Amino acid sequence: MTAVLREHGPVEADIERSVTSVDRQVAVSGEPRVTRRRSGRAVAGVAGGLADHLGIPVLWARVAFTLLAALGGAGVVAYGLLWIFVPQVSAEEPAPEITGRERQQAFGLVALGIGLAIGAGTLAGTVNGWVAGATSVALVGAALIWREADQGQRRKVRGAVFGGGGRSAVIRVLSGAALVASGIVIFLISSIGLDQVQFALLAVVAALVGVAVITVPWWLRLVRDLGEERRARIRTEERAEIAAHLHDSVLQTLALIQKQAEAPREVLRLARGQERQLRSWLYGPSGYGRGAEGLAGGSLAEALARAAGEVEDTFAIKVQHVAVGDCELDDKLVAVVMAARESMVNAAKHAGVAEVSVYAEVEPEKVTVFVRDRGKGFDPEAVPDDRHGLADSIRGRMERNGGEITLRTAPGDGTEVQLHMPRAKVTT
Amino acid sequence: MSEKRLVRVFLVDDHSMFRAGVRAELDTLTDDIEVVGEAGTVGEAVAGIGHLRPDVVLLDVHMPDGGGAEVLRQARKAFPEVVFLALSVSDAAEDVIAVIRAGARGYVTKTISSQELVTAVLRVSDGDAVFSPRLAGFVLDAFADRPGAAPISDPELDLLTPRERDVLRLLARGYAYKEIASELFISVKTVETHVSSVLRKTQLSNRYELSRWASDRRLV
Repeated sequence: MTAVLREHGPVEADIERSVTSVDRQVAVSGEPRVTRRRSGRAVAGVAGGLADHLGIPVLWARVAFTLLAALGGAGVVAYGLLWIFVPQVSAEEPAPEITGRERQQAFGLVALGIGLAIGAGTLAGTVNGWVAGATSVALVGAALIWREADQGQRRKVRGAVFGGGGRSAVIRVLSGAALVASGIVIFLISSIGLDQVQFALLAVVAALVGVAVITVPWWLRLVRDLGEERRARIRTEERAEIAAHLHDSVLQTLALIQKQAEAPREVLRLARGQERQLRSWLYGPSGYGRGAEGLAGGSLAEALARAAGEVEDTFAIKVQHVAVGDCELDDKLVAVVMAARESMVNAAKHAGVAEVSVYAEVEPEKVTVFVRDRGKGFDPEAVPDDRHGLADSIRGRMERNGGEITLRTAPGDGTEVQLHMPRAKVTT
Repeated sequence: MSEKRLVRVFLVDDHSMFRAGVRAELDTLTDDIEVVGEAGTVGEAVAGIGHLRPDVVLLDVHMPDGGGAEVLRQARKAFPEVVFLALSVSDAAEDVIAVIRAGARGYVTKTISSQELVTAVLRVSDGDAVFSPRLAGFVLDAFADRPGAAPISDPELDLLTPRERDVLRLLARGYAYKEIASELFISVKTVETHVSSVLRKTQLSNRYELSRWASDRRLV
């Protein structure tokens, strides 16, 4: 199966074309990949593509395939393999021109190649006349089907000749395959005789294998097309998601800030809240950069970050939070987070500072959280009895869950609340 | 170096508005720092650093053409006496660890107060390291012994001493160097030594854990 289309122009032009046809699939070394021609071809553009790649006239490649076909059909096999594994050149490439003479020459070489292959086989005695006939019929059937399955060709044939939809094309392929199979079976049975049943069975198996081989390029193309389509869809969806998110968050906040420009405190609060939100979307465990895996969430670090964010929003102060290690939340740790949140609120309300530091460390046997400010500080003994924040919300909550609290403060010296909670035995 | 020395600073950031803001802040807040130049791209930055030879480069992490890490790669070998302080909005662990490992002497976020920025610049120009609480947390986490951690090939580099851990913890808790010193009953100079040593380990340790950690965990 070789093909000739035309005498080629200067070799340089061919090389240039094969270089410009380099697409995304370029090998790491930068070598242009072999591609099959989309147009200017007789069968599948293998010979043409090969000639482009090697920088030789296409006629040489076709003659070479024809001569190889005489050597026990090697040229046919080589052509088929290249057809399967070499991708077609992208549709944007300029199409070489074809003359009628070249086309005739090409089809002549194709016929000659098939004839040589069969003739050589018969002469060498490796195949008898019946088998040769069966093979030639099967070859022609296979050629028709492969041609049908070829991406660009399929469209052309459908539009020009049949005008049918995708369904009829499938039916055609299937019926073609059935014909090939039955043809082989009939030839084999009639040539061998009905008494030799195992030979018939063998022939059926051979035919089935043949059908499988025939449909291989079709499947390959299907998978390739699907992958390309999916990539394009993912890109589009991603872009839409980013646009939607930026609109909902950043643009809305900017609009709000413009409206509130007279109230610096409010602007600060909006900007801080938006920054935190965008940051967690970009870098956070459940954020954009991480995919959806972290959405179940509920880890200690996330809960603390949320609590810090709420306090920032409510009191318009900055909460610098750092977590070392992380673990899933359980009842005890929820209590720790609540106590930490209450400590932050206390600092925001009473310390008179613009910044509070929160530090959490997860160790195998315990969790420690520090909430610290550099504010006024206070005398723990002098806190009136009717103030429940520290006693109930923090100390009570920790002690009920088996943890403890250490308080370091003095008037004028800032405050640090240290929360210690032993971890449950079952740990990750 | 004498107390009176003027620290010459070079700004690298692709947002001109941010550069202008930092320049104005540094000019009004202190007389110890002079902004000698600025650049908006990697190429400009490398050329400017070579031409002006500043004491400290304030380096944005996220820029086109490779960002701060690329500037560090190109400029650091040629001008080893120039000190880099990374300054970024990104708190992503891999960014922080990447610039530190590329040779920055410290990392602060852009939300840092102007006074703290001045302190940080003066500190790195004196050869010390500057760890924001978050960076301290990252490094503690990266050096933590967790199941599946890579074996320690060089204890000198791959392990933090208990004292270094204490210092890092206090840094992460928001303590200033002076507060850490009084908390641990050591001198400020000793605190600085510990922090510099941690910086060296963070830059040089080959522990698989450290690089994998940074890409595995993307903390807020």
